[in-house]
Amino acid sequence: MKSVIFRTVAPFLTSLMTLFSIFVLLRGHNEPGGGFIGGLIAVSALAIYGIAHGVETVRHAIYFHPMAIAGAGLFAATVAGLISLFAQVPFMTGLWIYPSLFGVEVPLSTVMLFDTGVYLVVVGSISSVALSLEERGGE
Amino acid sequence: MDIAALTFLALGLPFVAALVAPVLTRFLGHNAAWLLALAPVAIFLHFLRFVPEIANGEIVTGGYAWIPSFNVSFSWLIDGLSLTFALLISGIGALIVLYSGGYLKGHPHQGRFLSFILMFMGSMQGLVLSDSFLMLFVFWELTSITSFLLIGFDHGREAARRAALQALVVTGGGGLLLLAGLLILWNVSGITQFSLLLSFGAELKESPFYLAVLLLVLGGAFTKSAQFPFHFWLPNAMEAPTPVSAYLHSATMVKAGVYLLMRLNPVLGGTPEWQILLPLFGVATLVSGAALAVRQTDLKLMLAYTTMASLGLLVLLTGLGSPHAIEAAALYLVAHALFKGALFMVAGIIDHETGSRDLTKLGGLRSAMPLTFAIALAAALSMGGLPPFFGFLAKEEIYEALSSFDRRSMVFAALAVLGNALMFAVAFAIALKPFLGSKVETPRHAHEAPVLLWLGPAILALKGLSIALMSGLAHRLISSPMSSAIAGEPRTVTISLEPHIGVPLLLSAITLLVGVAFYLNLDRLRAATAVILADIGWGPDRGFDQFIRGLLRLAVAITHRLQSGKLDVYMTVVFVLIAVVLLATPVHFGELPRAPFFAADVPTHELAIMAIAVAGLLAVVLAADRLTAIVSLGIQGFAVAVIFLLYGAPDLSFTQFMIETLSVVVLALVMTRLQLSPSDRRPLHQKVLDSMIALACGFGFGLFLLRATGTPFDATLTDFYNLYSKSIAHGANVVNVIIVDFRGTDTLGEIAVVMITGLAILSLVRLRAGSLKRGADVRKDVEERA
Repeated sequence: MKSVIFRTVAPFLTSLMTLFSIFVLLRGHNEPGGGFIGGLIAVSALAIYGIAHGVETVRHAIYFHPMAIAGAGLFAATVAGLISLFAQVPFMTGLWIYPSLFGVEVPLSTVMLFDTGVYLVVVGSISSVALSLEERGGE
Repeated sequence: MDIAALTFLALGLPFVAALVAPVLTRFLGHNAAWLLALAPVAIFLHFLRFVPEIANGEIVTGGYAWIPSFNVSFSWLIDGLSLTFALLISGIGALIVLYSGGYLKGHPHQGRFLSFILMFMGSMQGLVLSDSFLMLFVFWELTSITSFLLIGFDHGREAARRAALQALVVTGGGGLLLLAGLLILWNVSGITQFSLLLSFGAELKESPFYLAVLLLVLGGAFTKSAQFPFHFWLPNAMEAPTPVSAYLHSATMVKAGVYLLMRLNPVLGGTPEWQILLPLFGVATLVSGAALAVRQTDLKLMLAYTTMASLGLLVLLTGLGSPHAIEAAALYLVAHALFKGALFMVAGIIDHETGSRDLTKLGGLRSAMPLTFAIALAAALSMGGLPPFFGFLAKEEIYEALSSFDRRSMVFAALAVLGNALMFAVAFAIALKPFLGSKVETPRHAHEAPVLLWLGPAILALKGLSIALMSGLAHRLISSPMSSAIAGEPRTVTISLEPHIGVPLLLSAITLLVGVAFYLNLDRLRAATAVILADIGWGPDRGFDQFIRGLLRLAVAITHRLQSGKLDVYMTVVFVLIAVVLLATPVHFGELPRAPFFAADVPTHELAIMAIAVAGLLAVVLAADRLTAIVSLGIQGFAVAVIFLLYGAPDLSFTQFMIETLSVVVLALVMTRLQLSPSDRRPLHQKVLDSMIALACGFGFGLFLLRATGTPFDATLTDFYNLYSKSIAHGANVVNVIIVDFRGTDTLGEIAVVMITGLAILSLVRLRAGSLKRGADVRKDVEERA
């Protein structure tokens, strides 16, 4: 896209939106948000970056193939479900631990891992579709 | 460890060995076979421990619950029949693994081959030991699949691929018939296990479903055991490397059908239908197989057709069902596995060491390969039914079974003599012609085979001799328990090498004389059958091709009719259907909603938002070009999201915003990519029709929503989630807790769908103009072939 303003603003916008998407993901358990919404925000961020600077730049920036990201997400979600089997409780039972980091109690859970998986699947799948649509090569 | 756990382990061990085979072969080369053969040897030893118990007339069952709610178990049944099979499979299996080590030495995919062979071994072993119907079916189809992999092992060749597919279609299709038969059996008797079925008694034979069960089971057994007219896949399967032919297509897999008939003989056998159908197909297979064998000059093909003939003989004997016939079937089955396995391996050795397996291009190998010659001779003597070999005992018992003086038996006896004489001629053609006579130049310089190659056939050939010499012991441990299991009542096999003058010996003598005459005139006989076959001109093999072509043509015709390939047609169909469902269903069931009422005091800002939504929709309809329409659609979506927000659903509204944004972006991208004309160019009547469909859908959804919200709201679930979200799932956001915790498994499925959809879209997007053309070419190709 030719607009100078858009091209200049896009990287900042993308960074902020990605940061915001992670924030939304992490707070999802208690406030509006979660993996699905977070993932959608991150996809929008990538789409904006792609429109401004071209698909190649985005592909370079996210390093992994988007489908690989989605696959990793699905894997993480499945693992999050399977962990409970090792604790002798049914599949998908949420497990929580509260390690202390620098004196602050940080709640961690398999549910969190699961939600992260959802986030990655949404980011990977939709952005791979969006990016391949943005690509004009081969026509 | 207890015996049940060990048996379970024995059933799984071949698959474990199959898993490590490629790795082992990478490190050890062909010597990995020595190590891998330990698995079948261990299994053989394990089952050997059952022999005394089974010989005393006991039956061992065991297993674990598999799907308890359907009364399906993973269970095994060890009696004389399955134990004999298990010993044959693991014993010959060990020899075959060794033989494969030598035969495919240096082959780049030897590890894969060994892996397939071991997988097959596990499947076949599971098949014969299965007690539950479902388990038998699963292993039955597994043998078909592993056989497919092995026949198509040399997948670079068209012929191998065709043969593999053909075998899979025929035997796999037969397996489906078998499944239907077993399901009916299950329904009629309420029993899912063979061990219980055997005590079910004669009730089944009087059931109106008896004939259906019988025909379906025969469909499975006859395809698997290559009975005429389903025999054609077996000779084609000779495309597989020789170890496969020796193991699957003579000693074990093709006997699965015979095994099934023997297993079901006490329940299904003895009826007129059984005693007509089985001998009829059996004898047809015997005679046609033996005649076709004479026609061939390729060693492996000759053996393949005699295998077919032997299978026919086994089915004939099982069908007759008299005590002697059952005993003869038991003896001949074991004898055949031994001598045919050995002969196949000999054919493989000749092929491997000389580079040719054409009978007319071989000769004078006796000085170069004395050991192979001895093995071939011993196996042929057994196959020809000469004393003091095991084949002789089996043949005596066969003639004993056929030597009563009613007309039926005499016809069968005459045909059996003919078939046996032909097989005699073929056996000695294979064992003598390549070795005797003057030396013929072969593609490779002939020399004796390495130990890995000759060990297997040598042991099998020796076994054929030793069993006959120690017939008393063999009968007590193997033959009698096996016959008892087939008959469903205790039997004792007594036949031995001692001369006993009678009709059987006379028939044997006739067979010998006719066989020698056939052998001496083999070339003339071959020419004669070739002429007859050329006159017939059509065979089931060609019929199979015609069947497949017809199927393809049918599929193409149906696809053409149903799939126009035009997106607007598909969308019209889908939306018309939706409108019909939404409008016709409530009218039919009288569930139309009451007329909605409009609240008098709607706040101004809500009215304003609704006005924006309506304005957005108007903009869509009136937009001059597509891009404007897409963006205007977003206006309406945002307005709806704001309404969600106002009514206290921030998560929903949040998601709606993102979805609207992204769908506008994605739709816009798709539009630019599809290179459509920027504006809508549909003719007026099309526009009217489409808008009517759209209005009908919208109206339908409106009715549906009004009706759904018209019923009183049941707050049980809401209360449950509100109550427990924080206390047991540690989350205050109920929506998120439901998604990731309470209904997490649903979400797991949903994200899998998201990813699969993404992959599907990705592959659609990647279809460029060039590849689309290639797709059209493929279709044209299919049509041309059809």
